[in-house]
Amino acid sequence: MKYFTQGLMVLLALLVLPARAALDIVITEGVDAARPIAVVPFVWQGVTPPPSSISDVVASDLTRSGTFKPLDETGLGQRSIGQISDFNLDDWRNVSAEAVVMGTVKPYGQDQYLVSFDLVDLVKAQMQAKGPQPKTEYLLDSRQTVISAAQFRQYAHRISDIVYEKLTGIRGAFLTRIAYVVVDRTQPNPYQLMIADYDGYNEQMLLRSPEPLMSPAWSPDGRKLAYVSFENKRAEIFIQDIYNRTRQKVTSYPGINGSPSFSPDGRKLAITLSKDGQPEIYIVDIASGALTRVTNHYAIDTEPAWFPDGKSLVFTSERGGRPQLYKVELASNKVTRLTFDGEWNLGGEVTPDGRSLIFVNRTNGKFNIARMDLQTRFMQVLTSTRLDESPSVAPNGTMVIYGTTYGNKQVLAAVSVDGRFKARLPVGQGEVRSPAWSPFL
Amino acid sequence: MKLQNSLKALAVSLPLLALGACSSTSDSETAAGTGTTSGSGQYGANGGVEMGGAAQVLSPEEQQRLKFQELRKDSVIYFDFDRSEIRADYADLLQAHADYLVSHPNVKVLIEGHTDERGTPEYNIALGERRAKAVAKYLQGLGVLPSQMSIVSYGEEKPADLSHTDEGEAKNRRAVLVY
Repeated sequence: MKYFTQGLMVLLALLVLPARAALDIVITEGVDAARPIAVVPFVWQGVTPPPSSISDVVASDLTRSGTFKPLDETGLGQRSIGQISDFNLDDWRNVSAEAVVMGTVKPYGQDQYLVSFDLVDLVKAQMQAKGPQPKTEYLLDSRQTVISAAQFRQYAHRISDIVYEKLTGIRGAFLTRIAYVVVDRTQPNPYQLMIADYDGYNEQMLLRSPEPLMSPAWSPDGRKLAYVSFENKRAEIFIQDIYNRTRQKVTSYPGINGSPSFSPDGRKLAITLSKDGQPEIYIVDIASGALTRVTNHYAIDTEPAWFPDGKSLVFTSERGGRPQLYKVELASNKVTRLTFDGEWNLGGEVTPDGRSLIFVNRTNGKFNIARMDLQTRFMQVLTSTRLDESPSVAPNGTMVIYGTTYGNKQVLAAVSVDGRFKARLPVGQGEVRSPAWSPFL
Repeated sequence: MKLQNSLKALAVSLPLLALGACSSTSDSETAAGTGTTSGSGQYGANGGVEMGGAAQVLSPEEQQRLKFQELRKDSVIYFDFDRSEIRADYADLLQAHADYLVSHPNVKVLIEGHTDERGTPEYNIALGERRAKAVAKYLQGLGVLPSQMSIVSYGEEKPADLSHTDEGEAKNRRAVLVY
């Protein structure tokens, strides 16, 4: 397969432009159930104002996780404390929160800052008998590092990851990205492939085209995106490196070239091709382009996604009359039907633990995101938004980002896998579609 | 609007426009588009004379040809939700296109398949292809050569109507013949 260079592409700008945050998360449901936590504004030990606030990012991250609810500043037991030695238990006896995050930031040379933070188990501290106790008894974590001004948000996400994991036992997914497609029909090149931090900051354009762009999918190392482009007036699958601006055309067969999904080892893509008549699932070896046909049925087969062990795929098929989800074992090509509830079930993705399926369910004509336990086959509809599609699960399996319609516009939304926390990610110009959550970065 | 349509029809009927699949912008290819009116009841400006004329008597074949020419101005076939069967009311329209393609074997047509926004984008790509194929198969049944036809599915990616209403979505479930 050939590598295409930027100079060869007419009408296509392969750009990485920094842009302002276009996404701003609006939490619509589920804050009440969240666990209170105290995030004390980090103490700044410089003379001139700090580059930005780390503790604000940490508080936002914890809020957006749906698991935590940071206290208002007025509800804190102490302010202006930056380390556990400043922590005075008596000031916190009546504060109802399970942990306290505190930290300091100080200039540390040219564009260098020393950031330190301590995480206190407040419940444990409050349960201690009165009298002097070594504070290390309830210190959950304590770290420091030197960063540049440009790394403030990134390091804040890192702190959020540590706090989240210490308190929940689940790895945080705050240092991740999302890829999505923006369609702005007022522009001559309306279709734009974008990436941003998971919270919408640091939005960057990877590709802009006059023709549709679809189905972005991350490589397991978080470095590449596979996607479908109609730039040559037909569907073709490309893989683009998000850092060095190169890309590779992977398939360009007659008919559909669609629905790419990277194998867990990153060497193959499961795809949909219709070159032999009907849409069928294939696996293409990225390096050689060699194809392996997986399904063979006269009905539509599409939307392949890998089980985490790489041994099976989930896919959508109409072989039962209406779109339903099936599993195919790659060693034997044995197919089993997974979903039976509702009129349609399609667009499936397996959670990272391999235990659940996240997909689009159609019941009474309404399209919503649903989850099914693969063991018990119990299905739960998670969303109540309109025309939901394209679910993508966070790498820690706690949250699903998906495309929906709000106010006559296509936007992105998020829902926790238990369905309790719901948020919307509105945008400025154009429609936003096809979100894909990156792996851990 | 009407003029534009007739110009388009003229452009379509020019056999030299066998440009193949890439001519989706054929609206602009109307260079020779003048003098489409045939002279009946024209008025001379000088001398105050008024000229009369009799209605031309058309043979059944000519009538058929004119009817098909009129029908070919329409190149969109609409579908029911999640269906890809050709509705009976498109029989005349497709017969007109088939008749033209059969008599002009050098002309190629691109059949685009589209869907509404319901369902997932990837499923809709498959559904759009099924619609485009249904049209191709229908035309083939009327004698059009497979080599004259190519298909592409855009699924829900290129809606004709952006209103997100039921009426709008009905306009998006379509196949379009692009010469």
